[in-house]
Amino acid sequence: MNLFVEGILWALDPSHYGGRNGIETRVEQHLLISLGVLAVASLIAIPLGYAIGHTGRGRSLAIGVSGAIRALPTLGLLIIIALIVNVGLLAPFIALVVLAIPSVLAGAYAGFEAVDRRAIDAARAVGMTELQIVGRVEAPLGLPLLIGGLRTASLQVIATAVLADYVGGGGLGHFIFLGLKTNDYPQMLAGSIIVIVLAIASEAVFSIVQRLVVPAGVSAGRPQDVRVRSTRSRTAPG
Amino acid sequence: MNWLVNNGDLIGQLVVAHLLIAIPPIILSLVISVPIGWLANRYAWSRGTLLTGFGLLYAIPSLPLFIILPLIIGTGLRDSINLVVALTLYGLALMVRTTADGLASVDPDVRQSASGVGFSGRSQFFRVELPLAGPVLLAGIRVVAVSTISLTTVGAVIGISSLGSLFTDGFQRGIGAEILTGIVLTIILALGVDGLLVLLGRILMPWVAVNSGRVSRRERRRARLAVVA
Repeated sequence: MNLFVEGILWALDPSHYGGRNGIETRVEQHLLISLGVLAVASLIAIPLGYAIGHTGRGRSLAIGVSGAIRALPTLGLLIIIALIVNVGLLAPFIALVVLAIPSVLAGAYAGFEAVDRRAIDAARAVGMTELQIVGRVEAPLGLPLLIGGLRTASLQVIATAVLADYVGGGGLGHFIFLGLKTNDYPQMLAGSIIVIVLAIASEAVFSIVQRLVVPAGVSAGRPQDVRVRSTRSRTAPG
Repeated sequence: MNWLVNNGDLIGQLVVAHLLIAIPPIILSLVISVPIGWLANRYAWSRGTLLTGFGLLYAIPSLPLFIILPLIIGTGLRDSINLVVALTLYGLALMVRTTADGLASVDPDVRQSASGVGFSGRSQFFRVELPLAGPVLLAGIRVVAVSTISLTTVGAVIGISSLGSLFTDGFQRGIGAEILTGIVLTIILALGVDGLLVLLGRILMPWVAVNSGRVSRRERRRARLAVVA
């Protein structure tokens, strides 16, 4: 436990702040990488997920691809891309986007599928076009689950962005890898503790947002659980 | 390709090392999740507490956990037990909830019938509730198996041998074939163990295959009706 205290002291030591390898610079890099990855992954996965959720087509393909990506070791992917595009930020960025897409995609289409079919039928019956149904019924009602998907993705990305510095991509992995190389356990611990704090902060922020985005008047959609089952796959009793 | 031919021995050793690290957490997280899942459903206070507690484990990034864990359990940083414990914790993060949900999903009528025909508490749990929760447990452990086998590779950056060693070594020496071999073998192992679990599920729960066939037919019909409507 002594080492643990040393790790915290290392993280608080003023001499480790400021400059290119200052803690605050590395935290900023880490957060910027994570945000950038989430933004790019969202741009790709949300429209795709909405299309799958709205039409009900391609769902099994999406599940299959997501499963395959789960089996894909991120470290290996990151390193092989680094070997191709050279060391730096690009390789970890691509690898992290690949990692983040399945969660966001699942959140997007699960959100649409969880919408009560009767609400969609009603919207169609009052004369809404398909685009209006997507934009004004399905998207708002599915938002809590989409945020849930972003929450999982954000956690994964913050955790895995540690590996970015292994190929020279920056971020908080710097302290961990430098500590490993020089056998500086307090430094490794400091880096680890800061990453854990960021991960938990991300969880906290997203859980609040998830609660805020539930449309007024809808309490049934309140996310008790991120993995809410869709109404489509539920079978009738008997 | 040359690299692959010349390093068959090394690859074999790493596959074995990889499995020795990855398999125990898969089994342990299944076995340990059963009593915890049971406890979660047993009392009013326990469900929220246990599910939130184990769920939080998932929020801890892997590499930092590998580094902090030795301080708590007193192993060496490069000890493979360190990795096994960390991966078991991740497995539990998912399995405790899955098992609790699976056990809770057993039809109350079935429970009543079971105690009606004379099952005692313990045999009712092991011979009625646990088997009926089986398909849910299987689905959970398949996810755990695939992600555990993939996560095991991260141990290589702190110096624990596994297929991940092919990534770190290949990166340092600039051998793309070595890294690619590691990626492909990790995926093959993950899919292989996943397939094995499915097979094991078929053998242990022969009734599931029949059931799922019926459900999917009904679902297809519902889907067709939905299109027509």
